[in-house]
Amino acid sequence: MKTEGLFSKTMLGFGFVFLYVPILSMVFFSFNNSRLVTVWDPANSPTLKWYGRLFDDSAILSAAWLSIQVAAMTATGAVVLGTLAGLVLSRFGPFKGRALLQGLTTAPLVMPEVITGLSMLLLFVSAEQLLQYLFGWQFNRGVATITIAHITFTMAYVTVVVQSRLASFDDSLEEAALDLGARPAKVFFRITVPLILPAILSGWLLAFTLSWDDLVVTQFVSGPGSNTLPMVIFSRVRLGVSPVVNALATIMVLIVALGVILSAFLMRRQEQRRKREEQMAAAG
Amino acid sequence: MAITSARIGSRDSQGRLGPVWTFLFRYGPPRWTEYVLRNWSGQRLVIAIPYLWLLLFFLVPFLIVLKISFAEFSPLGRPPYEPVFQWLDEGALHVKLLVGSYVYLFNEPLYVSAWIYSVKVAFFSTLLCLALGYPMSYAIARAPPAQRNIFLMLIILPFWTSFLLRVYAWIGLLKTDGVINNVLQFFGIIDAPLAMMNTSFAVYIGIVYSYLPFMILPLYSNLEKHDNTLLEAANDLGAGPVKSFMRITLPLSTPGIVAGSLLVFIPAVGEYVIPSLLGRTDQLMVAKLLSDEFFLNRDWPRASAVAIAMLLLLVVPIMLFQHYQNKELQASKK
Repeated sequence: MKTEGLFSKTMLGFGFVFLYVPILSMVFFSFNNSRLVTVWDPANSPTLKWYGRLFDDSAILSAAWLSIQVAAMTATGAVVLGTLAGLVLSRFGPFKGRALLQGLTTAPLVMPEVITGLSMLLLFVSAEQLLQYLFGWQFNRGVATITIAHITFTMAYVTVVVQSRLASFDDSLEEAALDLGARPAKVFFRITVPLILPAILSGWLLAFTLSWDDLVVTQFVSGPGSNTLPMVIFSRVRLGVSPVVNALATIMVLIVALGVILSAFLMRRQEQRRKREEQMAAAG
Repeated sequence: MAITSARIGSRDSQGRLGPVWTFLFRYGPPRWTEYVLRNWSGQRLVIAIPYLWLLLFFLVPFLIVLKISFAEFSPLGRPPYEPVFQWLDEGALHVKLLVGSYVYLFNEPLYVSAWIYSVKVAFFSTLLCLALGYPMSYAIARAPPAQRNIFLMLIILPFWTSFLLRVYAWIGLLKTDGVINNVLQFFGIIDAPLAMMNTSFAVYIGIVYSYLPFMILPLYSNLEKHDNTLLEAANDLGAGPVKSFMRITLPLSTPGIVAGSLLVFIPAVGEYVIPSLLGRTDQLMVAKLLSDEFFLNRDWPRASAVAIAMLLLLVVPIMLFQHYQNKELQASKK
């Protein structure tokens, strides 16, 4: 038993080294003065010069702003649609076409991105032709098409999160409210939503991150002039390492780490408060 | 008969609505609203919203891809393919399906080698992920509860940072004057730098690195639920640790292994970013082939055929994944 535990613990340690060395090295070399990035220049380092360059780089800054807008719209849309789908699948019992809906919500989780991207683009091209033919409308691919495509593949993640949260408690509270005469919409907003709020929040963050990060689908469905941050990064790093990208990566890692630590802290505090309340309820 | 815009809404000599218009009124919006009001409860409307979205933006696009994969390529057209369905003047529907794109996929050596290479890379990356991820999940599941959450957070944290940037980080480590070569040379382990960039090795590293959390999380949620008393009983009955692992833990964790492996294998077959940044330039993977066919050659029918073929290849793994996903949800409900 001892040796087995030792082996898996060693692998765990090795795995964490494997997961974090690349990120830490990226952070470390963002402070390097040399343009060669991985060749440390001891005379002039550490330096913040690449951070200065980053904030003068209008291509990166405007792409980042576009990505933030798209990701925020995507996350909001995905949360609305994904919550409805999760609710339907876990609370509405059997109905005609339920299996198809279940399939349609889990398929995007594993669908290779090139297939999703290609099929979305071909849909938009067909829609362009159809609208042109019927009404003479013209629309250009851009923020709207990117957002629709992102909502479609991120809502699956929200659905799974919401569905598993709903599955973790039974519907007796909702039923009680219905028995007491509350209308279904009221039950949903007053009881179901507060109960699944953590799932909705983490679904929003997940959808935001996935949209913010997506390259392949975006490349297919974006139009001229609408470059998101991953597209700009990809075109830069194809040519090799770039110290400005290292600086950008460092900032992003910092934001994520702070966010995760903050959420862990908040969750722990909430947990403690709940425990205290339970104890007080038991005592009183 | 073609419906022209002049026809819609026009009245004939007696001032009656034309046939199209009456048809629309009889079966059109007023009737629909009536039908919806009479038969549809709020519940049905709630079902309809996500359903319609997914049908329109997920299912219909695949039908369009399927259609275009049978079209004829016309390099100068906008869009660059001949129509598959055409209304002839006599009121007949002319359907022209070409299987040329599919025949090409399975005969052209470049394509055949790309298919084999993609499946091979995905398969061995999945094995590597399993070999590293299983012991890691096991160690996490066995750790005291307070540590477990920290370990899990550390596994998930890289997942929240950009995928693209994490792949990029490996360029800095693997390239000729990169970190790994510099360190190895500094300690005198190697004399000349190793060529690691643009190799299959780099692709394996990139895929294992990016997809490891997808292997660990389903495995962990399975291993965590195991009943320790089973192992104690086996121990009491004289089974050694290896035997009780092989006979109890491993069989019980099959659903986790399958779910994790599929979550790695399926996207790895269609991986685009990792081979583009780290991989060989002389051996393409299928996803790169698809995007080159689409963006460089503008051959939409062939790109669509590649997508359909890839989907057919992945249908069985995807169905398996859905099966396990549903079983998992059902189990958590009980």
